[in-house]
Amino acid sequence: MLLTDDKIKVLAETANEIRQLIIKSLMAAGSGHTAGPLGMADVFTLLYFHALKHDPSRPDWPERDRLILSNGHICPVLYATMARAGYFPEEELLTLRKFGSKLQGHPHREYLPALETSSGPLGSGLSQAVGMALASRIDNSTSGPFIYCLMSDGEQECGQTWEAAMLAGKEGLGNLIAIIDRNNIQIDGYTEDIMPLEPLAKKYEAWNWHVEEVNGHNFEELADAIGNAKSVFSRPSIIIANTIPSKGVKAWEKKYEWHGKPPTKEEGEMALKELKKYVA
Amino acid sequence: MSLNPKQKLNDKLFDVDVEQAPIRNGFGDGLLAAGEADPQVVALCADLTESARAEKFVKAFPERFVQIGVAEQNLASVASGMAAMGKKPFITSYAMFSPGRNWEQIRTTICYNDRPVIIAGSHAGVSVGPDGGTHQAVEDLAITRVVPNLTVIAPCDALEAKRATIEAAKLGKPVYLRLAREKTPIITTDASPFKISKANLLWQGEAPQVTIIACGGVVHNALVAAKELGEKGIGAEVLNLHTIKPIDTKAIVDSVKKTGAVVTVEEHQVAGGMGSAVAEVLAGKLPAPIEFIGVHDQFGQSGTPAELIEHYRIGVSHIVAAAKKAIKRKK
Repeated sequence: MLLTDDKIKVLAETANEIRQLIIKSLMAAGSGHTAGPLGMADVFTLLYFHALKHDPSRPDWPERDRLILSNGHICPVLYATMARAGYFPEEELLTLRKFGSKLQGHPHREYLPALETSSGPLGSGLSQAVGMALASRIDNSTSGPFIYCLMSDGEQECGQTWEAAMLAGKEGLGNLIAIIDRNNIQIDGYTEDIMPLEPLAKKYEAWNWHVEEVNGHNFEELADAIGNAKSVFSRPSIIIANTIPSKGVKAWEKKYEWHGKPPTKEEGEMALKELKKYVA
Repeated sequence: MSLNPKQKLNDKLFDVDVEQAPIRNGFGDGLLAAGEADPQVVALCADLTESARAEKFVKAFPERFVQIGVAEQNLASVASGMAAMGKKPFITSYAMFSPGRNWEQIRTTICYNDRPVIIAGSHAGVSVGPDGGTHQAVEDLAITRVVPNLTVIAPCDALEAKRATIEAAKLGKPVYLRLAREKTPIITTDASPFKISKANLLWQGEAPQVTIIACGGVVHNALVAAKELGEKGIGAEVLNLHTIKPIDTKAIVDSVKKTGAVVTVEEHQVAGGMGSAVAEVLAGKLPAPIEFIGVHDQFGQSGTPAELIEHYRIGVSHIVAAAKKAIKRKK
């Protein structure tokens, strides 16, 4: 699919709407994570409105691409994007984290079967994506779906992530595309203070991955990176997406304090006002 | 003899030269049979392929085998991903490492998602022997039977392990299969009944005064103890509680209604194990004195299986003594 200037404008507008939906759902929930979801709104928009082969009316379509969200705590962006794409009504976003809601505090596919997996405990998503890619390869050789895995940078500290990275490299899983939300923050502070991750790209290269590094807010760069990843048949691909935590709300950007808290009513209204002024 | 004829048990089971085989071997045969029956069955190993008895499957279906390396967390979650794509994965390792090391991945990625992954944990119990305590899982039942959606099975011999493996592959749910390393006597035959969650009444002594409930290889010890008690004029019943979860409440209550006293026998910590599961049933339905045979808040150690069974007081003489004690405690 060609990414024209017009399409980029539409994507930017959609991402802005998704950011507003995220803030509204977090305000209604009264708890949850803010920085990660806002920072990943552009990546999710590009995936669900451009890159992914999927059909919201048929969430169990066997040929669909799979999207595994490993860092489950950023689920407000997953939920808002899925609602905007038509998987369920946008009004349901206001039930986030409430009793009986499809939208559990961390994703649980028993409550929302359109999810590919449940997640929350960090570090296990890449393993599941590797399992899906392996199973798909057994069945389909090279014609199967693509398996996407979204990870945080913080969970690159988990040993299991590297267990999975090694296996994917060994197996040469060309149908696997992982994306790291490189926003440099985690709950306790900045990643390079907590546990330095750099040089991250070189680590994946060493495990036989194809590596792309992009601006995670630039749709063209993201789309090109995914296109390049798809053309690499013999190796898994990782896209390190440099993002700004809380992107779109100036006062919250790049502040790790916004990792794990929701906006108050006043803060949320201020942010919504700012986002509504946005012109793509 | 008071063997239950309906169970069609091995008629040589009390002979000194009774045929013996490791329970894990039965798993290996069952895995191969499950693989032959269903092309969706796949096997994943963490560098213990031969030791965990997956090698027959690997030889027959190399394209349906994934060597994960020494990475049990990855082992569990990769299997979850394969199950999400329609596969029926078996993951094999030692029980200490899977479900020991990777418990959270089993809980979240397999059971929370209700994915049909079969976790085969070999080398459970102290009878692992010379390897010592690091490799003797005596906590695995406690950590698996508390996880929703997970079925927990501890077969009593190699033949039952084969049957359990084949049945587990058809269940469409997560299953933990508890397996043992060393040879143990063959108790069942190919004609013996086996159904997941249906306990088998193996021994029916006359005017039974005590129910001996066992799982795993020590079911044989329970049967020998029941025979000895019978020779002393003390009737007993022996239940093979091969499925610890979901537990067969009816079989337990039916027997204890007759006997009024219980001995549980397992190669596991008494805290949180099969005996605890039985106590939970009886405390709610039919309180009765229970004596717990198993490991009492200790780690294992090196030795021969026979030495260790004796040291941890899981042997026949201990079961006999516990049965007498349980009977004495009846009001």
